[in-house]
Amino acid sequence: MSAGVLPYTVEPHPVTGLYSGKLGTWLFLASEVMLFGGLFSAYILLRVGAPEGTWPTHEEAHLSWKIGGFNTLLLIISSVTMVMAWANLKMNNFPKARMYLIVTVILASLFLTLKISLEYYPHWHDGLKPSTNVFFGLYYTLTALHGLHIFGGIVVMLYFIGPGAGLWKTNPEYYTNRIECTGLYWHFVDLVWIFLFPILYLMN
Amino acid sequence: MKILRWCAPVLVALAIVWMADASPALAQADAPDISDVQIDGEYGQFPTYMPPDVSKHGYHVDDLINILHVFMILLFVGWGIFFVWCLMKFRARPGHTADYKLVKAKAPKYLEVAVALFEAFLLVGLSMPVWARVKDELPTEADNPIHVRVVAEQFAWNFHYPGKDGLFGRVAPEFLNSATNVLGLDPSDPNGNDDFVSGEMHLPVDRPVITQITSKDVIHSFAIPVMRVKQDAVPGMRISVWFHPVKTGTYEIACAQLCGNNHYSMRAILRLESQSEYDAWVEEMAKGPAEFDEDDL
Amino acid sequence: MSDHDHSHDQGFLRKYVFSIDHKVIGVQYAVTALVFLFFGFCLMMMMRWQLAYPGQSMPVLGELLPSLFGKEWAETNMGGGVMSPDLYNSLGAMHGTIMIFLGVVPLIVGGFGNYVMPLQIGAPDMSFPKLNMMSYWVYFMGGMIMLASFFAPGGAANSGWTSYAPLSVTATQGQTWWLVGMIFLITSSLLGSVNFIVTIFHLRAKGMTMFRMPFFVWAQLVTAFLLLLAFPPLEAAGALQLMDRVAGTSFFMPQGLVVSGVVQEYAGGGSPLLWQHLFWFLAHPEVYVLILPAFGIITEIIAANTRKPIWGYRTMVYSVVFLGFTSFIVWAHHMFITGMGTSISAFFATTTMIISIPSVILLTCLLITLYRGSIRFNTAMLFALSFLPMFAIGGLTGLPLGLPASDIALHDTYYIIGHFHYVVAPGTIFAAFAGVYFWFPKVTGRMMSETLGKLHWITSLIAINVVFMPMFFQGLAGISRRLYDQRLYSWGDAMQGWTVVSSWGAWALGLAQIFFILNFFLSIKFGRKASANPWDATTLEWSAPSPPPHGNFAKVPTVHREPYEYSVPGMSKDYFPQNVSEA
Repeated sequence: MSAGVLPYTVEPHPVTGLYSGKLGTWLFLASEVMLFGGLFSAYILLRVGAPEGTWPTHEEAHLSWKIGGFNTLLLIISSVTMVMAWANLKMNNFPKARMYLIVTVILASLFLTLKISLEYYPHWHDGLKPSTNVFFGLYYTLTALHGLHIFGGIVVMLYFIGPGAGLWKTNPEYYTNRIECTGLYWHFVDLVWIFLFPILYLMN
Repeated sequence: MKILRWCAPVLVALAIVWMADASPALAQADAPDISDVQIDGEYGQFPTYMPPDVSKHGYHVDDLINILHVFMILLFVGWGIFFVWCLMKFRARPGHTADYKLVKAKAPKYLEVAVALFEAFLLVGLSMPVWARVKDELPTEADNPIHVRVVAEQFAWNFHYPGKDGLFGRVAPEFLNSATNVLGLDPSDPNGNDDFVSGEMHLPVDRPVITQITSKDVIHSFAIPVMRVKQDAVPGMRISVWFHPVKTGTYEIACAQLCGNNHYSMRAILRLESQSEYDAWVEEMAKGPAEFDEDDL
Repeated sequence: MSDHDHSHDQGFLRKYVFSIDHKVIGVQYAVTALVFLFFGFCLMMMMRWQLAYPGQSMPVLGELLPSLFGKEWAETNMGGGVMSPDLYNSLGAMHGTIMIFLGVVPLIVGGFGNYVMPLQIGAPDMSFPKLNMMSYWVYFMGGMIMLASFFAPGGAANSGWTSYAPLSVTATQGQTWWLVGMIFLITSSLLGSVNFIVTIFHLRAKGMTMFRMPFFVWAQLVTAFLLLLAFPPLEAAGALQLMDRVAGTSFFMPQGLVVSGVVQEYAGGGSPLLWQHLFWFLAHPEVYVLILPAFGIITEIIAANTRKPIWGYRTMVYSVVFLGFTSFIVWAHHMFITGMGTSISAFFATTTMIISIPSVILLTCLLITLYRGSIRFNTAMLFALSFLPMFAIGGLTGLPLGLPASDIALHDTYYIIGHFHYVVAPGTIFAAFAGVYFWFPKVTGRMMSETLGKLHWITSLIAINVVFMPMFFQGLAGISRRLYDQRLYSWGDAMQGWTVVSSWGAWALGLAQIFFILNFFLSIKFGRKASANPWDATTLEWSAPSPPPHGNFAKVPTVHREPYEYSVPGMSKDYFPQNVSEA
């Protein structure tokens, strides 16, 4: 019902130029900006206010820019595959779009796996826990929250690959729009990482 | 009948107040024992305004509050008269209709501008100078100020006096001992030798006081209503606040920020004394059984 | 689609419990919120007993609660029927949290916003009906978590609704529940606000331009933006505090913290003030979340009951948008005595004075609307009218708190409690009552009793002033807020008389609500049948049947004019609905 009765679920609104789902996604992302904005401000305030010599140096932080950089690369590629999925839907090529979605999910899962196995696990093992100091507290909180966003994205994409794919048959335009919104979210999650990577890995 | 209708609200209000005041079954339990200290200052039974002011600078704050309340009452009454007049004059009744045309009144615009200008005056003309005076202009050494460190903890105030040398000893958590060394004074620091810690604040009148306020655990707020002083005690920060008592007597220091279950009992006594009484007290405290003893450490 | 015609075929669950109809969700929100409001109010009535008669066994509850919660609980929290300081602090913190986040906001935004806003813009439903349903159920779960926290070891959160660190970080388990509950509530309002904004932008009926929207819709729009952008930083702060509590990080914990003589194991390096900044960055816009929809409600009621257009409609719209923007840059006026620098406090005092101007404009516009009107004194209007002076008192007393110098004496005293309660209780909650009396016929198809309504109004108005007026005197006298027993201080002891008066006012206020509860339930069943437009009002919700069916309008309305065309000269009737064409 919700798809049929309400206007602007598929076609763009003449004034805003967006269909409702897209406007909603942008608004949601605005609130996400405030969420991560709040955390980034906390990072800045805590770092500026840190007593002399308590902020870890690059060596003390034990964060390898190589792993972080590789993960960054993974996410950037996944953004591209996400766009490819949407573009293929636009060109009415559902199987190819689905393939690109699967690749995106694989890249995202790889990101999480690397993050956990090469970073969280050994760090925790070495006694570098959130309680170690403010930097590690921030590192774990920010990356875990970001990881949660990645995980949420994976769940959504799996839904559209599997049970949600039926929508393509009944209302392909609507399906394409949903993938576009998922893509917007996915780019945002990547963007957050683009900010996280330097402040955690490079700027110590 | 009509009179009754108008009086009814007043009667109900009076009834509530009367019940509150005259409920014999619910007489007050005995007030808790707030030590034997007699607190100075007249309050009366149903006080409605500010506590006595025994400081040199408190009148700045009081004046501002007085002006503000006169302004607020004037505005509210003027506004209320118009409001009530409108309600009576323009009540719906046979033969009366509303006017579709909106009044092109300039008066509200002028009034709003006037209010805004007055607010600007309050801010720039009164509040900012007063704030600068009472918060920023710390007395210089030429004013011969008393220095006291105020350390709050759940649920007590510790007043750390530098002793005769006027120098505070170093403090660090590792020296802390809740029985013998509540502040964690470093025994190897000679400056701390004649330091002492008191649970009561003693001050001489007619000399400015500079307090450095901090907290050991959670956020507290150092409030002396009769001195018009209030400053949060934030752990990890040491904030300077000054005041200038002028009248001798015994007063109370309160915690104004929720700090745990016994927040309500976090009270300390402030004794404002003559210089000679104060000197005698310092003498006593500095040599007497100090809060910590070097032999014990 | 065909669902439309078969809506009555849906099962009970789909129709009333997991409904995606904005009207059902609105009613769910409103009823849940009213229940929470009453619950939060009961917590306060218990606290008022402790304040007025400290150390005396509480009547009825003093025996009822121990038998309900068990012996063990009673020993620590209610020895001899007297509440412990910990319980008092819990009740205080939960009263604030419940009233704001579970009562008032869900009522005026979730309830009225959901029900009335789509009707007023001529929409068949919200843009995302399923999201709307989810928003309610997430709110409901948040509420349940908050309630469950009373059973946590050590009781519910007891660090105040502001949860200042480090107190909240070292507090009992209830605080963790509080944080989790807050995350649910924040998520709910996030989903709601996205829905509101998209609906207002996309689903307006033909001809409903932005400046033809009723003021209530404008107020909801600005409120939705405030919720959308101000809540996430609190979510961030909540996540950080949760980490401090659960994972042992030290975001809000400075070095060398010593609690009860024990050096804490926190690594240190955090800042207690960081919490306050993040918290008030939300909580100040939150104040406007509480007040703007209230202004929206009373504007509708005042327009309909003065029978004339609102004076300065556009000015009001600009003011409300300006208020929304400015509310993001005033937050640190809650922190003047935390040791902020002079220039920072001067900045925030200036923005605070600036933000008072649009509030004054809103009030003035409504006041001048009365001039040359034809004022009908029905219950809804009486509540709406009393909002004006009550809000004025609340607003004016904000002045000495907003100026840093006078704030030194008044900060953290009863004065601030009086101030914000005047804004929210006889302000917003009165507006909410006005809204209930005004829109009840639309929702249920029946009128509420005017006699009971007027009794409810007069008793509430008097009682509420008896509760809060003494607080200004107590605050001026310098009594700190959140004191379990103020008689420990000599000035508090002198002031005890006022505390007792205030408490009796609160209980009288509680009794006054019986009129409302009776009226509410009796009218659903026995109220006089209401027509589609019982108040002869102009906005679109009155062109739908009472109650409106699924899908709202039989025929999609077209809008021809501004929202408040009352007493238009040369017309036979004194109102000119928005959807009626010139002919």
